[in-house]
Amino acid sequence: MSEFWQLTLKEARAGLDARAFSAVELARACFERIAQVEERVKSYVTITESHALQQAEAADKAISEGLGNTLTGIPVQIKDLICTKGIRTTCSSRMLENYVPVYDAAVTEKLFGQGAVLLGKGNMDEFAMGSSCENSAFFPTRNPWDLERVPGGSSGGAAAAVAADEAIVALGSDTGGSIRQPASLCGVVGIKPTYGRVSRYGLIAFASSLDQIGPVGKDVTDCALALNAIAGYDPRDSTSLNLPATDFAAGLTGDIKGMKLGIPSEYFVEGMEPGVRAAVESAIKQLEGLGASVEPVSLPTTEYALACYYIIAPSECSANLARYDGVKFGYSYQDTPDMWEAMERTRQLGFGPEVKRRIMLGAYALSAGYYDSYYLKAQQVRTLIRQDFAQVFEQVDALVTPTSPVVAFPLGDKTADPVQMYLIDVCTLPINIAGLPAISVPCGFSEGLPVGMQLIGPHLSEDRLLNIAYAYEQATEWHKARPGI
Amino acid sequence: MPLERADVEHIAALARIGLTEEEIATFQEQLSNILDQFELLKQLDTSSVAPTGHAVEVSSVMREDEPGEPLSAEDTLLNAPRRRDDFFQVKAILEE
Repeated sequence: MSEFWQLTLKEARAGLDARAFSAVELARACFERIAQVEERVKSYVTITESHALQQAEAADKAISEGLGNTLTGIPVQIKDLICTKGIRTTCSSRMLENYVPVYDAAVTEKLFGQGAVLLGKGNMDEFAMGSSCENSAFFPTRNPWDLERVPGGSSGGAAAAVAADEAIVALGSDTGGSIRQPASLCGVVGIKPTYGRVSRYGLIAFASSLDQIGPVGKDVTDCALALNAIAGYDPRDSTSLNLPATDFAAGLTGDIKGMKLGIPSEYFVEGMEPGVRAAVESAIKQLEGLGASVEPVSLPTTEYALACYYIIAPSECSANLARYDGVKFGYSYQDTPDMWEAMERTRQLGFGPEVKRRIMLGAYALSAGYYDSYYLKAQQVRTLIRQDFAQVFEQVDALVTPTSPVVAFPLGDKTADPVQMYLIDVCTLPINIAGLPAISVPCGFSEGLPVGMQLIGPHLSEDRLLNIAYAYEQATEWHKARPGI
Repeated sequence: MPLERADVEHIAALARIGLTEEEIATFQEQLSNILDQFELLKQLDTSSVAPTGHAVEVSSVMREDEPGEPLSAEDTLLNAPRRRDDFFQVKAILEE
């Protein structure tokens, strides 16, 4: 068996179309790779091999009939909070350990409609709450660059799987950095689209005004191709944007001459590792060398974003997760005749500590007497943060920042103190608050671990961000580096 | 602003989450530390600022009022922890 698992989506597409190999051979190669490394990486909650081989056979038939599309026969991993009909979808939680959706999410419908092949479901922090994948109720995922370190989170399974060549491409979700931060820590590319660009139908909700699905890929082109497949209007998501289709791959020219890039000083935070700063500053120089102009800008409300986020996200979470009552689906405590006790015990035993922490924080922020000083206040600060970005995007086309102030940290390093863990996302949270698109691309190494650069743009500027990232990628080799696992 | 033990019990009751003694103590400390971080927002004068619920404006989204295919009873009940016939079975909620 050849090492097809190393291919990018674009290369795999070309190989399938040229009949250099079949979709079944490609899927088998990926499962061979999974067999080699998964025991160490632990990026999958569920592996769906027999289902995948059936999908691959159907893909081969479609390709032979000339009915192939971009994703036909492409092996994908899907984060385990995106509903897959008939396939267990756990949110890496005891609460949903045996939950089998009876419908597909909009994005899975689109991927499978094109003939994509599901390798399995990606591990994550429970209900997408976390920045290290250590909050999975089942097991932590490891960083392929150093198995004693975290892959980031919450889409840690997606980033680790792509970095370890255990999937050609993966879908994650991003509520406060959950695609970009793990992509950064694992040395791969991840994009969080504009809020509303991708349907949330069938995405198990965490914080509905912040959640957005997006791809994690081996390079920028792959992310553009995957985004093409999942973006678009869906009447089943009332926040979905009704826009004409965009071909995100068509705009990848690599020409960024005259592009105006802003460097917000507030994102080069205290506590940022020197190696991260050096890598991002060097990347900014390279972007200048490619013809972009660079100027300092200021986003003065940045320091308030963390508090704003940790009021809004838990508030929405406490409302969304009220549905887990042990009655309609999910874990259900039965060993009592009392309904209220059953519900309290169901939620006590079904949820892990971080999920309980956030539900309680949200319940408190929304409770009588505190609503105005917490939830309403945070929504007002949210307006100020949005306005900051809107002003800055009158001066510049995009912003360049580090994705994470630190590289991958050792497992267990930050689990004792929730505030320390929250601070990891300081560069990514503001983007969700403002509903903006942002991409993380590999831009070097610090102490042997990947560093990511984040590009942030105004609403619906994904094509511009992808092209800046593509220009940078063409001029560098970082995205080609693979962990020696 | 540190939370009292009674506050934690009150929040847990609001959220319908049972907690052990140990969890109450841990959450009392951790939630107090997190709430401390929120004090920062008081520095900002937001008296004349409108709140943002969603960052991208979409208003009055209405779908066509057309009948569609509902989930079958079998599908709806597929994940039910307890069922009887075509119903979700729950604990008694009415007192004798």
